[in-house]
Amino acid sequence: MLDEDQAQRPRGTVAFPISLAWCVIVVVEADTAWTGGRDRGPGVPGALRALERAFDLVFRAVANPWRHLGALGFFFFWVATASGIYLYLFFDTSVTGAYESVERLTHGQWYAGGVVRSLHRYASGAMVATVALHFVKELVGRRFAGFRWFSWVSGVPLVWLLLASGITGYWLVWDRLAQFVAMATAEWFDALPLFGEPIARNFAFPAAVSDRFFTLIMFLHVALPLALLAGMFVHIQRVNYADVLPARALGWGAFLALLALALAKPALSQGAADLATEPQTLALDWLVLGFYPLIYRFSPEALWIVAAAATLGLLILPFAARGERVPVARVDLANCNGCARCFADCPYAAIVMQPRAGGKAGQKHAAVVAGLCAGCGICTGACPSSTPFRSSERLVTGVDMPQQPIDAVRAELERKLARLHGEGRVVVFGCEQAAALHGCAGRGAATLSLTCVGQLPPAFVEYALRHGADGVLVASCLEGECVYRIGDTWTAQRLAGEREPHLRVTVPRERLRVVRAGAGEEKTLAQALTRFREALARMPRNEPRGSSRSKAPRALAAAQTGARG
Amino acid sequence: MSTLARYLIQGMLYAAFAATVGYFSNAPTYRHLGADDALVRLSFSHAAQRVAPCRERTPEELAKLAPNMRAPLDCPRERSPVTVELELDGRLVFRNVVAPAGLRRDLASTVYWRQAVAAGEHRFTARMKDRPEGGFNFVKDVVVELAPGRVLVIDFDGTRGGFLFRM
Ligand code: HEM
Ligand code: SF4
Ligand code: SF4
Repeated sequence: MLDEDQAQRPRGTVAFPISLAWCVIVVVEADTAWTGGRDRGPGVPGALRALERAFDLVFRAVANPWRHLGALGFFFFWVATASGIYLYLFFDTSVTGAYESVERLTHGQWYAGGVVRSLHRYASGAMVATVALHFVKELVGRRFAGFRWFSWVSGVPLVWLLLASGITGYWLVWDRLAQFVAMATAEWFDALPLFGEPIARNFAFPAAVSDRFFTLIMFLHVALPLALLAGMFVHIQRVNYADVLPARALGWGAFLALLALALAKPALSQGAADLATEPQTLALDWLVLGFYPLIYRFSPEALWIVAAAATLGLLILPFAARGERVPVARVDLANCNGCARCFADCPYAAIVMQPRAGGKAGQKHAAVVAGLCAGCGICTGACPSSTPFRSSERLVTGVDMPQQPIDAVRAELERKLARLHGEGRVVVFGCEQAAALHGCAGRGAATLSLTCVGQLPPAFVEYALRHGADGVLVASCLEGECVYRIGDTWTAQRLAGEREPHLRVTVPRERLRVVRAGAGEEKTLAQALTRFREALARMPRNEPRGSSRSKAPRALAAAQTGARG
Repeated sequence: MSTLARYLIQGMLYAAFAATVGYFSNAPTYRHLGADDALVRLSFSHAAQRVAPCRERTPEELAKLAPNMRAPLDCPRERSPVTVELELDGRLVFRNVVAPAGLRRDLASTVYWRQAVAAGEHRFTARMKDRPEGGFNFVKDVVVELAPGRVLVIDFDGTRGGFLFRM
């Protein structure tokens, strides 16, 4: 008569896979991350990237949800907060009053309270879904190692806080689902050897549930989201100019989608809690409560083990996966005037401005916090000392990259300029992370691949045009695809004269072209080069004008001759 | 792609997102308990008897103690484990020997166990022993009719005669 197997197991056939997916996703995705996904640095691998780019066509990169998952997470948090405040005004924090107050809100003012309740529920669900996607995207892109460890590690507890916020919310309604949530939570926590008396006893009979307990849950449902917000704030501490606010189009799109859902499918309670009976079937919110059935499918202990192992595994992942160490930017005090442009442009807040020893009051210089540095070179591109026109034999700038010092970039440019001949002499500045440049090199262009396109000081464009190039093509990654988040944005702004250091206004703009070609889009780049050359062919030949530096180095002298001949 | 087409596809994709969130917020239905099942929860917390009775200290023993500690009775604080058995329709379904909580084993023993059973009439026999020696000193035998979804709580309260079957 007592069939243990049958009794312990929920017989829903679909229920189980969904809840298990929550746990398995970690394992599967981690595996993908190890085996695939490693083509050109930490970025989103193949299939996902294609999907993101397809969305660009429809949404444009600024409002492409795949490119702004973190910002969407923040957005849904604010929707849930605003709607939650409204619900709180009408909520009765007592065992006897809670359910009724929610019912009155849902049906008595369906047009307001009902909609707000639905928004509250769906914003939470949407936040869980968005954060899950954000997490998977960072994972398969292997964006947990090295300097990103902080963002990664601080992200992990957010999952707990987010789910705990949702769980306490469902609890407050005190309907059949709340009853299940209360009991399941209690039975889950009772598996830990922490509490003398089982918490589940609090829900064994109707009389056992007290208003005090309800007040505690209400408190938790405010405190946990606040802790979540604090955690979110910490999470973005090392991300300068963090993308926490979706573009207007994306924000409205997401909000209207929630609103439509709220109207089409209002959130409802599932009958008042009744501790004398056990809920047999439930409309479960799998997004928030998806792992609860595992407590009964397996055991509370098993869920603890899986949850603890997943959490621990994720926390140590960045340290277990220690990749090659990235080279860290270096400041040269003699060439730093303290302008703080590098400080403003660093995507990871790795630059701090310090008082200059022995300097006048208020004089500062830049310093690099090695542990935070991504090695992107965006600071070098920002530094006014990075101008190639300086006549010194060796070009030393304020902040430089050991793997590709600005002097080596200038030397390479001069060498390659010297070899440019014939019609359509184009210099292509590209990025190691975006479309590869070999195709352009094959077509006779002088190519220079930088760590990030943001490493390019705008003066280099002018320099190339003055010393033998007919045109300069700057090949940048696709909008929103910068591995260092904002290198492409800064470069576009600097070249457009909207951000320091500017490209000088005297530089003929028709001889400069910026093309966006992401990793794998070499064809786009090649086509852009062809079209640019066609345009250049219609212009008069660009005669090298030289500069104060023309006299000095041999390579450049050769460049001039080559260009003339 | 024309602007109109872009907005149309955007709308469709937003709708798909909303539909996904809407669907998984309510479905698929989770079956927590079989349609023809009821639930038994055996749940109590009980402080068992001490392992040994209090004993009078001999005068020599008392002399050895610090003056402020010279209580005439030596009462060991440790409690006996609690042995519990539950029979369902003559079949033993649960048996456990539960140690008392606390570092000095002087607190209550706690039992919590849940089990789904087919709805209908059942005979339950609960037994408990909370002393170091002897057989079961609390036994209760009841026949109950359990409707589907019903929860039967088997509690224990020594001051109210032992096992309590609550529905
Ligand atoms: C409440 C949940 C979360 C929110 C609201 C959130 C939000 C954000 C935001 C706004 C950013 C900045 C994005 C940018 O400006 O480019 C970010 C970055 C990041 N997040 Fe999260 N996040 C959450 C959870 C997580 C989780 C669970 C993980 C992984 C364990 C994670 C890993 C990362 C990483 C590695 C970055 C850095 C990306 C980079 O360096 O380019 N986040 N997150
Ligand atoms: S290399 Fe990049 S991350 Fe490092 S200090 Fe410079 S701008 Fe910041
Ligand atoms: S941009 Fe250059 S000059 Fe300005 S503070 Fe940074 S290192 Fe110094």
